[in-house]
Amino acid sequence: MIGRCALGCGVALGTVLFLGASSALAAGGSPEAVTVDSGATAWMLTSTALVLLMVPGLAMFYGGLVRSKNVIGTMMHSFTAMGIMGVLWVTISYAMCFGDGVLGGWFGWNPDYVLLRGIDDTIMPDFHIPEYVFAMFQGKFAIITPALIAGAFAERVRFRSYCIFIAVWGLLVYNPLCHWVWAADGFLFKMGAIDFAGGTVVHISSGISGLVAALYLGARRGYPASAMHPNNLVMTLMGAGLLWVGWFGFNAGSSVQSGLATAQALTATQAAAAAGALMWILLEGWHQGKATALGFASGILAGLVAVTPAAGVVRPGGAMALGAIAACVCYGAILLKNRLGYDDSLDAFGVHGVGGTVGAILLVFFMRDGFSTHQFVVQLQAAGVAMAYAAVLTLVIVIVVDKVFGLRASAEAEMAGLDHVYHGERGYGLLNAN
Amino acid sequence: MKLITAIIRENVLDRVREKLLAAEIYRITVTRVSGRGQQMSEEIYRGQRVVPGLNPKMRLDIACNDEFVEPCVNAILEGARTDGGRVGDGKILITPLEDIIRIRTGERGGKAI
Repeated sequence: MIGRCALGCGVALGTVLFLGASSALAAGGSPEAVTVDSGATAWMLTSTALVLLMVPGLAMFYGGLVRSKNVIGTMMHSFTAMGIMGVLWVTISYAMCFGDGVLGGWFGWNPDYVLLRGIDDTIMPDFHIPEYVFAMFQGKFAIITPALIAGAFAERVRFRSYCIFIAVWGLLVYNPLCHWVWAADGFLFKMGAIDFAGGTVVHISSGISGLVAALYLGARRGYPASAMHPNNLVMTLMGAGLLWVGWFGFNAGSSVQSGLATAQALTATQAAAAAGALMWILLEGWHQGKATALGFASGILAGLVAVTPAAGVVRPGGAMALGAIAACVCYGAILLKNRLGYDDSLDAFGVHGVGGTVGAILLVFFMRDGFSTHQFVVQLQAAGVAMAYAAVLTLVIVIVVDKVFGLRASAEAEMAGLDHVYHGERGYGLLNAN
Repeated sequence: MKLITAIIRENVLDRVREKLLAAEIYRITVTRVSGRGQQMSEEIYRGQRVVPGLNPKMRLDIACNDEFVEPCVNAILEGARTDGGRVGDGKILITPLEDIIRIRTGERGGKAI
């Protein structure tokens, strides 16, 4: 996003974008001074819709992987994020992410952005798109990130407590990270960390948070002795397909233009996803003798996750390498998880945490501009900061939410299934005559 | 030989199976069924109270030799009774079994279980 503008293709598009936006407001907001680039605006509107499409995609991906008694509860984890983060984003999260740094740069704040009141007629001077479009595009990232975490503790979390958890997590973990990496005065941005579309902010943060929450909550009842097979891999495949499609908005939209950088990001995205998927089933074929649909879907995700931070800085060959490497490492991470025996139900950490880290760190070896040791160190630091911050804050949040509201579902609720206990519904009612 | 058929709540299936495995009863057939006993479970559908005509339940079918009948029944009772016993916990039906044939070998009777 903004990170890529300063570093991605070596063209400094101006690092004072939000300062610029707010000074335009201070001067009375003269929209006629800045023209709207209708091409860029059209693509950004499309991208915004594409990123939102990833949320029902994720709901289907995760929903298909759980047992049939938890399908509605699991899909609702994604859907409620659209409601909760959707409201929070407009209310204060945009101000916290893209306002000027406060409290020593912990997060941002700009009272003009509360309820988006101050951007009603703002055209962004650097991007020539209405700021509403930028704000809505960014808001979709804030929706999908906490929804990704839900995969780690699927099938055993109380619905109400989950809602409270993601709201607090969004405010205390996502918003500060987003500010650090993407706002013009964020410290990771100023350090020069490359995170084109959210490898650090979205995938590393959600993956590590999921791991912490899953370890805190403990395994599902019966794990790993009982078989917990996916209830509907057809739905999971559809979800993976929607995620792939939506990811073009996620990555190519993060160029915040409609031009060369957009095309570069889109191409890298396609190449990495294809290479990741192919590598995963090749590995499976070699290791287990069969190529599974779930493996192909996981490979798509591993490739997409790994190219997310890198889409603006790598060529297609590098993107394919990143996708393939991420597939290998994520495959190994899931095998290791089974060895270690912790219950990351749907491998939120194994794919997003691990794949995001692979992408964020290894991208320096495939950069258009060539390898740079300095950049390598910066990437390590940024990933380390994101991991440490997300892990510690998540631990605090899960402990508090658990003590106050009870985060873990009761054994009875877990046996009965989240669908009936928390929603009074069943995903597949037609299986029973009535 | 007896055929033990149990109709139980869906949510206790895991627990019943764990108890059965502990009693060394491994061979079992499970089906989803719908039915109606004494239980009237109200549900809310779009804000309106409705009583489903048929309740979803799980049905277990276990064929066993006579000495396994009591352990099997006890395991099901332990696993399927909720909160000290509530309407809707289900039933256990025991019927005599005339014969059992293992398709693979053609063996008959108790050793075919």
